[in-house]
Amino acid sequence: MTASALSARGLELAGRLRATDLELDAGSLTLLVGPNGAGKTSLIHRLAGVGEGKGTTLIAGEALADMPPARRIGRIALLPANREIAWPLIARDLVALGLGGRSDPDVVDAVLASLEAGHFADRRMEQLSTGERARILLARALVARPGVLLLDEPAAHLDPARQIAMIERLRMEATRGAAVLASIHDLALARSFGDRVLVMEKGRIVADGSPHEALAAEIVKSVFGVRWEREAGWVRA
Amino acid sequence: MSQRLWIILGVCAVAVAIASLLLPTPGLARLLQTDPGLLSTIMFEVRLPRVLLALLYGAMLGGSGTAIQALFANPLASPDITGTTGGAALGSVVTAYLIGFSGPFGVALGGVAGAALALALLLGLAGRHSDSATLLLAGIAISALAGAATALALALAPSPFAFYEAYDWLMGSLVDRSLVQAAMVALPVLAALGFLVTRAHALDMLALGEAAAEAMGYRVTLLRRQIVIATAIGIGMAVAVCGAVGFIGLVAPIFARRLTRAHPGRAILPAAVIGAILLCLADVIVRFAPAGRQLPIGVVTALLGAPFFLALVLRMRVEWRG
Repeated sequence: MTASALSARGLELAGRLRATDLELDAGSLTLLVGPNGAGKTSLIHRLAGVGEGKGTTLIAGEALADMPPARRIGRIALLPANREIAWPLIARDLVALGLGGRSDPDVVDAVLASLEAGHFADRRMEQLSTGERARILLARALVARPGVLLLDEPAAHLDPARQIAMIERLRMEATRGAAVLASIHDLALARSFGDRVLVMEKGRIVADGSPHEALAAEIVKSVFGVRWEREAGWVRA
Repeated sequence: MSQRLWIILGVCAVAVAIASLLLPTPGLARLLQTDPGLLSTIMFEVRLPRVLLALLYGAMLGGSGTAIQALFANPLASPDITGTTGGAALGSVVTAYLIGFSGPFGVALGGVAGAALALALLLGLAGRHSDSATLLLAGIAISALAGAATALALALAPSPFAFYEAYDWLMGSLVDRSLVQAAMVALPVLAALGFLVTRAHALDMLALGEAAAEAMGYRVTLLRRQIVIATAIGIGMAVAVCGAVGFIGLVAPIFARRLTRAHPGRAILPAAVIGAILLCLADVIVRFAPAGRQLPIGVVTALLGAPFFLALVLRMRVEWRG
């Protein structure tokens, strides 16, 4: 039996995340939904070994906690929800940090081109628009072609077309063979694009399956308190 | 940073050090006319320790200022503004005048303990990656507290001359220090700086945010402790011997980051060289004081550095509005 791309046991964070096990398969796009405060960020952080809390994560069978920085490059990347960059770094330099500081302009150029971000890559981060900045930060997470890609609300603050473009890009990463997990607020996008959907509520995964199963009308109603109407879109249930 | 820039920085540092060593003064010329044999004594026992201390202390201020700024993700953090130098001064004064360990090691140990305490207090008060306002307010509070406590310690000291003696030292002075004192500062400062340089890569990664850096395998909590300890050791020792010198730790990192395309970590080494140049330069300026007067070097760095600080604040205000 081959090990999952990511296998986590007993992830827990007091008051935020109850004991959770999770497997992510290579080549699969998993979308994580849940109301505010459901524990999505806590789950993603625990998976990536960030901050306080309990649990172990294995990346392709190897304990993440024992992996030094050099070994993590190309194996795991996290795109946090916080998009603030304190220093006026040049966009291209920020992307290169994803390679662990190794200078490889061709690789950086390739990922920038694939995100149509090449034309503003020589500007400083604070000079970029929200959408441009989001693409640069995504490029940093993608540049080393990680086997496991964890993203905390990658579509936040983006217009509808860019949200779709973002998810399509994540789909491409899954197609190349990565295990991708992204939290997202738009249930319609989760339904259209996820191979698998996880629904969280009060620190637990309450539904896990195909978009059709996990986002069944009764689950959406009980977790989010909304239902879908053909004319009006989402309305209070 | 390109090799050419390193060479320019190195040449500047050597030039200012030699200038400081060989600077002719009217008094010196008269002295040498009466006894030419004094030349080597003045060079090796008076001026050399002074130049070495200026280079070491300046380098420590520049390097640790850059590391602290990278750690707090804030260009306003520096050893003086965060209260670290004030804490070191307090620690030294308390050990020397109240506890009575006025030997060089006691004072140095007090300095290191005071600096560590101030930094730990700052981390507790301001949090890990706080906004500028919180950081500055916490720093002001710690500086004020350390300053008041230093004055109190001197007022309560058994020695009636404590205030007078300490004033000279607290405002920063490189005068009348021995080669032994320079060596005493050199060891911990070079060790602390060397260690900070090994953290440069991790601090660059911290620019991506704490969560991203941790996911990349950098242990941020450990990094924070390491930088606090290295800074406390280096700054504490330097303050114990040379007193508090302001603004170099704020200004040198700003120049250095311009040379490293804004990378906060890899700016540590260039900032150390720039800090060494700046403090050595300030020490040359000090010697143009009217004959018979001693100008505290901390006054010169503050007079030169404060306008930079004001310009920085002005620029940030423009950014906040924009």
